Amino acid sequence: MAGEERDIKVHIDNVKKTYMGRTGEVVALNGVNLDIADNEFVTVVGPSGCGKSTLLNIIAGLLEPTSGTVTCNGKVVTGTGPDRGVVFQQYALFPWLTVKKNVMFGLNMKGIKGEEAEEIAMKYIKMVDLEKFVNHYPKELSGGMKQRVAIARAYAANPEVLLMDEPFGALDAQTRTQLQQELLDTWEKEMKTCFFITHDVDEALILGQRVVIMSARPGRIKDIIDVDIPYPRDQETKMSPRFLELKNLIWSQVYQEYLEVRK
Amino acid sequence: MGDKSLTKNGGKQGGKLMSRIWLLISLAVALGLWTLLSVLPQTARSFPNVIVTLSQIPVVIERGILWKDLSSSLISVGAGYALGFVIALPVAILMAWYKPVRNIIEPWIQFIRNIPPLAYVPLIVIAAGVGRRPQIIVITIATFLIMCITMYQGIINIDETLIKAARVLGARDKDIFIRVLAPASLPFVLTAIRLGASVALTTLIAAESTGAFAGLGMRIRSFNNNFETAPMLLYIIIIGVIGITVEKIIKLLERKLTGWQEKREI
Ligand SMILES: Nc1ncnc2c1ncn2[C@@H]1O[C@H](COP(=O)(O)OP(=O)(O)OP(=O)(O)O)[C@@H](O)[C@H]1O
Ligand SMILES: [Mg+2]
Repeated sequence: MAGEERDIKVHIDNVKKTYMGRTGEVVALNGVNLDIADNEFVTVVGPSGCGKSTLLNIIAGLLEPTSGTVTCNGKVVTGTGPDRGVVFQQYALFPWLTVKKNVMFGLNMKGIKGEEAEEIAMKYIKMVDLEKFVNHYPKELSGGMKQRVAIARAYAANPEVLLMDEPFGALDAQTRTQLQQELLDTWEKEMKTCFFITHDVDEALILGQRVVIMSARPGRIKDIIDVDIPYPRDQETKMSPRFLELKNLIWSQVYQEYLEVRK
Repeated sequence: MGDKSLTKNGGKQGGKLMSRIWLLISLAVALGLWTLLSVLPQTARSFPNVIVTLSQIPVVIERGILWKDLSSSLISVGAGYALGFVIALPVAILMAWYKPVRNIIEPWIQFIRNIPPLAYVPLIVIAAGVGRRPQIIVITIATFLIMCITMYQGIINIDETLIKAARVLGARDKDIFIRVLAPASLPFVLTAIRLGASVALTTLIAAESTGAFAGLGMRIRSFNNNFETAPMLLYIIIIGVIGITVEKIIKLLERKLTGWQEKREI
């Protein structure tokens, strides 16, 4: 179970976010409260437009909440920081840098240069199985490979919290399954706190210790499901009765929200 | 199925010889047409044949005008074009950065861009007199407009997630400028340079209608007044050769510097 006793890594306190849209104010988030424990893997599902990305960007420090606070390691988030890394859906690799230089970017920003940076970068490039492509440019890689590079780049900067916004959303089912497995492996090895947004209930369940279900208009947390299925999880886990039971539970709630949004 | 990332520039290998052959064929067709034009009674007067035209090369050299015209035109074009670029780059950056600057400048750039330079040449001559100065001003204006708009549109379309990704990885404003915005804009800067070069040359005739004492464009008009069609045709071809050479060089540079690009623009 997600530990009541564990240290809290990220504390989201009554966060509200409104955007100034063309037609007036859009309340993207309203009264969001969530505590994420150290090393915890939290997944987030919810209908499109419910504010998942907004929440992630606020945790990352890329967006300011209209009111409320996010605390990471006990410090209030006021901007981006080395304790938090992000993997974006659109990969966001720098197309003018090779795989190796992309992975080294965060290290260079931290002042780690030359051989030391290369060594660390190579470690993570090996971790995602791309040694053969170190000197390739992103345009020479498939979608799955690009996302592997993005994951290696995020890991190499060594954040404590990894924020992922539908990182596998653009990939085909097979690649997606493979990357999920790899992500779980590295999570178990590297001990990071993960906040993972997805549209896919299966994905949320296979990865997360807790699944956060968000509701739309205004975006808030509707329910949090503890996934009491032990790791390691694999494809067979998806056939287990408990998995299917939880899947139904989550799906019905998400579907309800979907219908709400349609109205 | 449907995997976009698998598209490769297929059929590139062995294409080099083929493209050489096609180039030769194209050249032969052009020569054929030219010869035809030089024979047909309706067009013979304005299209002296290849031999007559090319035999004008030693003549114009001997008359001492070719080098004078070439250097005069290249100085005007080079100076105007360089000035145009030096002004366009910061203006494009400011337009991309600050909304007020964009809102004020963009409409009139778009407006002037559609006016043929020949139309406003008299105004410039009235303001700046005759000689080198108005020539440079005309080319500066024309190249500035095209380069500014091209670079501005490139910079404004830089993928915002790249900036976000850099920020999350610890980049500060200075790093973002040097390590993200600069390389991300490079393709557009190079495209602007290429389009600017082409505009600089096509503006040449207009620029040299300002009462120039020498220059390719000025000479073409004076040949025209004396019914010297052979050297005129030669000069027209020289402008074309300069244009295509500059374009090839810039394209090579683009391939060298921005080969990392996902898709290449035209
Ligand atoms: N910059 C913005 N200006 C105005 N409204 C915005 C802006 N960004 C997001 N919104 C609105 O805020 C709401 C939440 O957007 P957000 O991107 O966080 O949703 P999401 O849950 O990530 O959706 P999806 O699953 O489609 O990615 C949406 O209604 C959206 O239209
Ligand atoms: Mg989103």
